[in-house]
Amino acid sequence: MEGHIAARAPGPLPRVGDDPAAHFRERALALASTVDEVGSLEYVPRAVSAYLNRHSLPLAAVCWPQFAALDWNAHGVRSEARAATATDLVGITGAFCAIAETGTLVLVSGPRTPATVSLLPETHIAVVHVSRIVRNMEAAWALLRTEHSGGCPRAVTLVSGPSRTADVEQTVTLGAHGPYRVHIILIWRA
Amino acid sequence: MLVTSSRFKERAREKLADPNLQHALRKLQGNFVRGRAERIRELDNFEDIRAAAAAIRDRALADLDLYLERFEREATARGTVVHWAETRDEVSRIVCDIARAHNVRKAVKSKSMVSEECALNEALAAAGIEAIETDLGEYILQLAHEPPSHIVAPVVHKSRDEVSDLFEQKHRRPRKSGIAELCREAREVLRPHFLTADMGISGANFIVAETGSTLIVTNEGNGRMATTLPRVHVAITGIEKVVPTLEDVATLLRLLPRSATGQSITNYVSITTGVKGREDLDGPEHFHVILVDAGRTRLLGSGMQEMLRCIRCGACMNHCPVYQSVGGHAYGWVYPGPMGSVLTPVYAGLENALDLPHASTLCNQCGVVCPVKIPLPDLMRKLREEQFARRLRPWRERLALAAWRYAAERPALYALLERVGVRFLARLGGKKRRIRRLPFGAGWTAGRDLPAPQGATFKELYWRRR
Ligand code: SF4
Repeated sequence: MEGHIAARAPGPLPRVGDDPAAHFRERALALASTVDEVGSLEYVPRAVSAYLNRHSLPLAAVCWPQFAALDWNAHGVRSEARAATATDLVGITGAFCAIAETGTLVLVSGPRTPATVSLLPETHIAVVHVSRIVRNMEAAWALLRTEHSGGCPRAVTLVSGPSRTADVEQTVTLGAHGPYRVHIILIWRA
Repeated sequence: MLVTSSRFKERAREKLADPNLQHALRKLQGNFVRGRAERIRELDNFEDIRAAAAAIRDRALADLDLYLERFEREATARGTVVHWAETRDEVSRIVCDIARAHNVRKAVKSKSMVSEECALNEALAAAGIEAIETDLGEYILQLAHEPPSHIVAPVVHKSRDEVSDLFEQKHRRPRKSGIAELCREAREVLRPHFLTADMGISGANFIVAETGSTLIVTNEGNGRMATTLPRVHVAITGIEKVVPTLEDVATLLRLLPRSATGQSITNYVSITTGVKGREDLDGPEHFHVILVDAGRTRLLGSGMQEMLRCIRCGACMNHCPVYQSVGGHAYGWVYPGPMGSVLTPVYAGLENALDLPHASTLCNQCGVVCPVKIPLPDLMRKLREEQFARRLRPWRERLALAAWRYAAERPALYALLERVGVRFLARLGGKKRRIRRLPFGAGWTAGRDLPAPQGATFKELYWRRR
């Protein structure tokens, strides 16, 4: 038993093409996320502001602290770094990593990565660095073990598109209890 | 939940005559069956993954005690309190005790089939705790006071109009008719409950021995709410749900959503480990996991052990011609379809579910689609044998089988009876060679004709043509 756990042998893996970022993008779009790309972190506020304007959404957001220092004012966006509350309409998070095979964001909870920001607002914007796109879940777990050596973070959440339900007459409806929209901004350069 | 499986035949007759249900079931069949086929084609190594998944479940079951102990050790180290419940009543008692200890008034529930087994909502109500189902389907059922009819799509039997009527009456808001508006209304009604509940109750699709985590898959996000917002989180799950490592989880997750709803992955996979850290801004302060036996250990080492591999995807019922005709309520307990025809007799007593192992044509569609390769028809056959051995079958059937056995053990007599029988049936069939009404088998011919044999046995034809 202990031996099997220690070995952590992966099972048979489906093929993911040569370009994980392209695969990720394709899968994410298939699951009704939207994807944008920017050259580097400093362009994120502009991309966010354009996205919010395009969807006639309020230019006010709650975000993870790692984005607090960006120049939001220059693009007319009011952003506050904290956990989300019931009234927040837009939440901006990063991601621990992203999984190409399924177009999935991996979020881990922590003092600087509150879980509510990707959950309570109707719009979830996730900023992901392209270098953090891994092929499959197994690769995400490997990364998790190296970077969180103290054990699994309290909440590891895989997000694959906006929340949905098909409970009534098998009709898929986007926006159940979680966000109605998931917008992913990929960053190409460090 | 009360077991009413003994009324299978009567219920099945009602359900066959219900046009709305028949319409809903046809739609379910189309969506889920087609969706699964498409998503499985996207994997070039599906059968390898399926074999690996069955092996993962078998490995866990072979050393169940060791893996559960490891889970308990890891979970406890992270501040989770692990409880062991031997019976269904014990589950309700433990949840009520936890609720009392933490002064809980209101609990939000994410879907848990084990809690349905235990009739937990009734127990909570009796203890003065308001429990609110938050999965849209389960919420609708709670308002309508009905049991689920499918393990993945619990309200498949209800039409949009019925939901509109129900919401109008219970929410006292203007009637909505569009599905999107109905979903929004449910979201608006339930959101305040998430924000004010003291306790979140969830099931677990898997528990991970390596990390002491529980894992749930959801699409709506209610599972995330219930495990993030309230200050107490209670996860209730069967002991068989343990898997060794996160790698094993990855393999199983390639099959579960595909087999269940035809999704390559569910919207959310929530893996929760331990309690809120000192500097965390959100998360529950208390986390309890209840590991439920309720009949499961009885299956270990028995001829039915393979059933414990089940990951509750529902593919077996989606593909079952009997489920497709009668729906889930006819089965009379928490689990319908082929998996229910095995689980209900073994968990709730064979004598309480006599018809269920027979509610199958043994066509093996279920066995073919089951992602963890459970030989469901074999298990149903075993239950039929057990019924016979325990003299639970009607005397007429026993007599007929005894007569058949008498003849089968005497080849000359058997051949003679065959010759007579074949000629008799051929006469009965007349020119059209269809038997309209079979003596001693009127029930069988009530809905269809029996093609008549042509008048000679196989052996006769064989000798003639040699
Ligand atoms: S028996 Fe197999 S097909 Fe049926 S629910 Fe369980 S895992 Fe799915």
